[in-house]
Amino acid sequence: MSLITQLIDGLSLGSVYAVIALGYTMVYGIAKMLNFAHGDVIMVGGYICYEIMVSAGMPSILGILAAMVVCTVLGITIERFAYKPLRKAGSLAVLITAIGVSYFLQNAAMLIFGSETKTFTSVVPSFALAIKDLSISGLTLVTIVVSVVIMIALTLFIKKSKIGKAMRAVSEDKDAAELMGINVNSTISVTFAIGSALAAIAGVLLCSTSKGIMPTTGSMPGIKAFTAAVFGGIGSIPGAMVGGLLLGVIETLSKAYISYELTDAIVFAILIVVLLVRPTGLFGKKINEKV
Amino acid sequence: MLKVENANVYYGKIHALKDISLEVNEGEIVALIGANGAGKSTTLKTISGLLRSKTGSIVLFDENISHTEAHKLVSKGMAHVPEGRRIFLQMTVLENLQMGAYTTKASEVDALIEDVFERFPRLKHRKNQIAGTLSGGEQQMLAMGRALMSKPKLLMLDEPSMGLAPILVKQIFDIIKELHAAGTTILLVEQNAEMALKVADRAYVLESGRIVLSGTGKELAQSDAIKKAYLGG
Repeated sequence: MSLITQLIDGLSLGSVYAVIALGYTMVYGIAKMLNFAHGDVIMVGGYICYEIMVSAGMPSILGILAAMVVCTVLGITIERFAYKPLRKAGSLAVLITAIGVSYFLQNAAMLIFGSETKTFTSVVPSFALAIKDLSISGLTLVTIVVSVVIMIALTLFIKKSKIGKAMRAVSEDKDAAELMGINVNSTISVTFAIGSALAAIAGVLLCSTSKGIMPTTGSMPGIKAFTAAVFGGIGSIPGAMVGGLLLGVIETLSKAYISYELTDAIVFAILIVVLLVRPTGLFGKKINEKV
Repeated sequence: MLKVENANVYYGKIHALKDISLEVNEGEIVALIGANGAGKSTTLKTISGLLRSKTGSIVLFDENISHTEAHKLVSKGMAHVPEGRRIFLQMTVLENLQMGAYTTKASEVDALIEDVFERFPRLKHRKNQIAGTLSGGEQQMLAMGRALMSKPKLLMLDEPSMGLAPILVKQIFDIIKELHAAGTTILLVEQNAEMALKVADRAYVLESGRIVLSGTGKELAQSDAIKKAYLGG
């Protein structure tokens, strides 16, 4: 395959990482916690879509919508029952809880859907775009377009909308936001809801690419996207996007040109180097405070 | 307008406020003075709902607000400019003001922003600037302007003069007087007792979490104990 095809595949994978990384980074920015169950929300989204689309034979768009609705409710529920009671607890307690939620979701999926890999049919009808001798699959194209639209929409939402501004205010100073009349708890819920809905879309796209789903489907992409978020500077929205895209491209290129087996090692080695040079990540926030 | 009765607040095992009772009547400027760590900021945080009192009651406009969430108090007419200003440093000046108007009707926001710019012309020139780049005085003005965006009936100011040059302190106090003249009731926390007692109708003196003295601003300014402790002789 040519370099350009590899780059496009890398961008496609990277844009899914970016969408997942947005969920990590938004939740980190607002609740100051690493939601390690985020990857498993991806898996739940995949299963819901699978059940509607493959088992029930309904149109894929219904599967995607159902996945988004279920994941949104799931995200809000996780926050309400697992994380909210720990709002004032130490960060270690929250971290352990998040890992617990992650295992809970994986095992629940194993009970409900079984542990074997199920064949996932792509939500995008199979077609290919041919430009000269370059051929891009419909799924790759849709993945990139959907992810880019999500990223632009989310950026505008956070920059311009009233709720988006409230989210930024809460992420900067919870007490001050509360004094403005902003309901901090419901703002945190909204953040989880958005992140989880995005995870559902990412889950469907990922399963469509890998053509399979099982209860641990979300773990690796979850960790990769988390890496992307840290890579870009956790808490930073553009950071998550750039980090995700870079990670996808690096991963695809090293798979193609260096070593398939060593890919993950290379990706994480690059993360370590970046963090050594820039501990706050590429877009990490350095706050200049004047008093 | 505001009545705090028998408030006791704890930070873990530390008993920070002991049996605090105070009252602010409509149209007054009331000052809370006292040394560092006396419990002045804790008192304001308890009134605005960021901290909870274990006992007693807080009544605002005849409504018991002891258990009301902080964010619900803004639309009841209370605004609290916290210690250290706490403006949103990564947001623009304009966005900070919009956050102040979070509970205000959308149709009124533009006019209120104009009012704030009229009162603080320096903010107008910097409206698209990130708040973190403002000087200390400008940040204080932004914090006050942001609080005014909710059209408060009761404005609580925590150390508005902290860290400011004398000329700016005077300016801030002039603005406090203007706001008061325009009908805003003010509860002012200050370490600068001299300035505070000059503008205050009444004042309470806090010492290690207790109110030890209260009276009119004039009375307290002339009291020997106060002169010794806070006014430098």
